Formats: sequence, structure tokens, C-alpha cells
Amino acid sequence: MNRYLVEKIGFVLLFLTALAVVVPILFVIFIIIVKGSSAISWEFLTAMPSHGMKAGGIYPAIFGTLILTLGTALAAIPVGVGGAIYLAEYARDSWLTRAIRLAIVNLAGIPSVVYGLFGLGLFVLFLQFGTSILAGSLTLAIMTLPVIISTAEEALRAVPTEFRTIIASLGGTRWQGISRVVLPQALPGIITGIILGLLRAAGETAPILFTVAVFFLPHLPESPLDPTMALPYHLYVISTQVPGMPANIQYGTALVLLALVLSMNLVATIIRSYFRRRRQW
Amino acid sequence: MLKIDYKETSLHRVGEFGIESAIRVLGFSSIGFVLLIFYFLLREGLPIFYEVPLSNFFGTRWYPTFALFGTMPLVLGSALVTITAIIISVPLGVATAVFVGEVAPDWAREILKPMIEVLAGIPSVVLGFFGMNFVAPFIRETLGAPTGLTVFAGGLILAYMALPTIISVAEDALDTIPESYRDAGLAMGATRWQTIWRVVVPAARSGIIVAVMLGIGRAIGETMVVMMVTGNAARMPLGLDSLFRPARTMTATIAAEMGEVAQGGVHYHALFGIGIILFLITFIINLTAASSIFSKRRRGGLR
Repeated sequence: MNRYLVEKIGFVLLFLTALAVVVPILFVIFIIIVKGSSAISWEFLTAMPSHGMKAGGIYPAIFGTLILTLGTALAAIPVGVGGAIYLAEYARDSWLTRAIRLAIVNLAGIPSVVYGLFGLGLFVLFLQFGTSILAGSLTLAIMTLPVIISTAEEALRAVPTEFRTIIASLGGTRWQGISRVVLPQALPGIITGIILGLLRAAGETAPILFTVAVFFLPHLPESPLDPTMALPYHLYVISTQVPGMPANIQYGTALVLLALVLSMNLVATIIRSYFRRRRQW
Repeated sequence: MLKIDYKETSLHRVGEFGIESAIRVLGFSSIGFVLLIFYFLLREGLPIFYEVPLSNFFGTRWYPTFALFGTMPLVLGSALVTITAIIISVPLGVATAVFVGEVAPDWAREILKPMIEVLAGIPSVVLGFFGMNFVAPFIRETLGAPTGLTVFAGGLILAYMALPTIISVAEDALDTIPESYRDAGLAMGATRWQTIWRVVVPAARSGIIVAVMLGIGRAIGETMVVMMVTGNAARMPLGLDSLFRPARTMTATIAAEMGEVAQGGVHYHALFGIGIILFLITFIINLTAASSIFSKRRRGGLR
């Protein structure tokens, strides 16, 4: 067979495999939007559940997921960005630095349910935070760290070395250079990384199973030491543990969670492409 | 790295010493967290190794109510689901990476890359929910199986969850291959197709292997999808038909049972014991993957 014909057929096959990757993704999103949108109403988003979850809204689950994401952000951002600054600006190429990188790769690979076990062992039981927003947020924060560190480090490294040499030549110190020039320049990339990390945390179920999530709470959590409902756990429970659950409430909950996560994804993409175009270097 | 001589007066030294030491501590924190995680798994999980005989813990029957904590069906369940996922996702992922990195025109790349990022962001519980309602019934109807909640259903969805990792790491690997390799292939009279599969992909082999390993790690550790879709029957998946029967994985066992056990009991320790096994498996996978990344970086040949 003509080798140019082989090439043509091969490229078409590659295109078809790419379609086989993309089409199911679109199908999942499409189905959940179509079947879930009938459940979405102002009441669904703002009311407490009633009749054993079979009516009313999912407000406490939405609220819980937002609070957990906020708590995760508060804990993960300083540690993650600090760690990235160390790796990008201070660390020399030594065995210690390699050990840090190895640790980050491993943190990224630890199964989410193992994070749940760890959170249960350390935060819930040993530190006696109980099943609480505090324990859940800290567990999610450690899980989010590798994403934030690696994207933030990449953003810091993308800032040209000349920026640092100029600061030094003007008599600035290393920290002045980082805090006034390098960090602001890398900020869009860092924020993108933070959002990508947090959206993973917002959608996770396994790490919050034993650290914070409860099936039903008659009131909103009042302190960081209270447990809370959360969207991913709520979806899991109403789709597996509650017999006779109306399908549109299940799909509606899935749609709210999906919309939350995808809108965070969109924001990250917009920030990244906007600043990439505006960037002068 | 370029050495820059910063001005270092004593005044600056005092002010910045605190900040810089804090950053140093944060830099090392990742090591601390890995050790902390391992310590707490050991602390809660090690007792199982002397509370029940090892032949029990590594036995073939997991019936906690009868004090049988055999983890073999769970380990094999995880292995079977993971192998299914990898068999589906590796060809799909590598082909897509080649398409995105080598073949696709810019407009197609601009659509594909964000779509793959969207896939990475879809929460696993949403995919599990979709699997329960669409994939499992579809398998039940087309195969006439008594239940669609099978290894195959779980593996299929896990394959898609592993795809973003495989595609992005493999594409990075292809990206590091210098343009001159492709030029050389084309100059020899090879078509682009031949150059891709006989020059570029073989040169990126180690990076593609890393991609596959990270994909395996992702599939072994996934919890919600397998819990919702694979049917959770803790039996030894030995027959040829196991693919179309329910199975139970290590992750699903921990997630499903931890809520019901007495804290500090044998069953509780056994679940942490499974956590230790999972931690060690993913640790070895990631260590191997990472060390091949680092060794390539040190050699620096392809960069």
C-alpha cells in the first residue's frame, strides 16, 4: 500500500481516537445538564432539604462545600506558595531538594481515600478536632498542596532571570526582588494553579467521608469544629443509600456540583489566557 | 543556576531572616507531610499485623463479621479493575497525545486541551453517578448480565479518569523531543506518520512509560467510581468471566466500611492496614516514575 495513503488513514484514526476521548466527556456533561436542569430552582439552591431529602433544596450542601473550599484555600495557599517560592528561588540542586520533589510527586499520587484515613487518624482523633470543618479542610489542603506547589513553581520559574539580576544591580535584596517583582509577575500563573487545586478539593468525596461530611444536619454549621454537609458526599448518599430518591433531585445535585467545578475551571482558563496575551516578556 | 550577588547589609539580614527561614520551612513541609501520613497509617494500621495471623490478613476471605480479614480478593479486585482501565486508556491516551502533540492543527489543539482539562476536573462522584445510571445499565442490557455493576464498567470509567494524566504527561514527553529528530526523519524520505512512530515516539519512550505508570497510580487510588460502579462483591476474581462480574477494590472497602467500625477495633486496624498496602503500592509506582524523570533531567540529553 502507498505509504502516503497509510499516513492519511493513520491520521484519520488518530483523529477518531481523539474524538473517542472528547465525545463521552461532552455526553456526560450534556446528560447531566439536560436531566438536572428541571430540578434547578431558586428554592433548590437556597432551601433546606425536607421529607428525608426527597424534597426541598440542597442549600446546606452547597454552603458546606463553599466553606470547605474556603478553609482549604486558607490552609493550602500560604504553605503551597511558600513551598513553591523555596523551590523556585532558594533551593539549590542537592539531594535534599530532590527529596522534596520526590515527596511532592508522592503526595500527588497518594489515593484520596488514604488522605481520608490520615485525616481521621491525625486531625479527627489524635488532635481531637472531631468530625469537623477544620479536620476536613486541613485534610483537603494537604491533598491540594502538590498541585499548587508545582504550578506555582512553574509560574515563578517562567519569570525571566534578568528581572532578578536587575533588582540585585539596583541594590535590592533577594526577598525584595521576590516580593516586589517576581511574585507579582508570576501571580496570574499562581492563581490559576490555586484554582485548579481548589476545584479538585471541592469535588473530592473520599477525603471528607470520615473527616467532616454528614448526611443530614438540621442547621448550618456554626463553627469550624462543626461537621457539615457537602455536595459530593450528598450526591453519593442520595444516589446510593436512599431508596426511592427522585431522579431529578439526584441529577440536579450532580449539575450544581458540576457547574461549580466547571465554572472554577473556566475562571482559571480565562485568567491564564488573558495574562498570557498581555504579558510583555 | 545563575548565581546572583545580592546586597547583604546587616539591617536587611535581620528583617529578612524571619521570612526566609519561614519559606525554608514551608519548602521542606512536603517531606514532613509524607512522613506524617505514613506515620499515622502505621500507628493505626500496624496492630492488625499482630492482632490476627498474617495468613488471615493475606487470606482469600474478607468477612469482617466473622473476623476474616483476607485482603487478597480486594488486592486482586483493585488489580483487575486497574488492568482493565489501563488496557483501555493507554492506547487511547497515547494516540490522543500523539494527535494533540504531532498531528492536530492549532484549532483542534485549542479545543482538545481544554476539554481534557475539563475531564480532569469532573468530580469522581459525578462520573460514578453517571456510570451507575448509564454505563452499568448499558452493559447489563447488551450482555444480558444479571447486573451491570461489574469490573468492566468500573474499568471503563477509570480509563477516562486516567486519561488526562496519561495524555498530558505523554504529550510533555513528545514535546521534549527536539525538532531536529523530526527533520532528520523527514529528510530521509520518511512520511510524517513513519517519523512519528519510528523516531519521535521511541525517543519519548521513557516519558510515555512514566505517563502510563502515573495513570496506573491514578486508577489504583480512585475510590468513588469503583465503589459506585463495580458492585462491591468481595470475592476472588479468578474466573475468565470476572471482567463481567462485580468485584471489590481496596479503596472501596476502606470508604464503605470505615464509617461503621468501632474505633480502635480489629476491623478498624484492618482498614488502616489496607491503607498501608495502598500507600506502599502508590509510593513505589511514583518513586519509580519520579526517578526516571529525574535521571532523564540529570542526563539532560534530550533537553
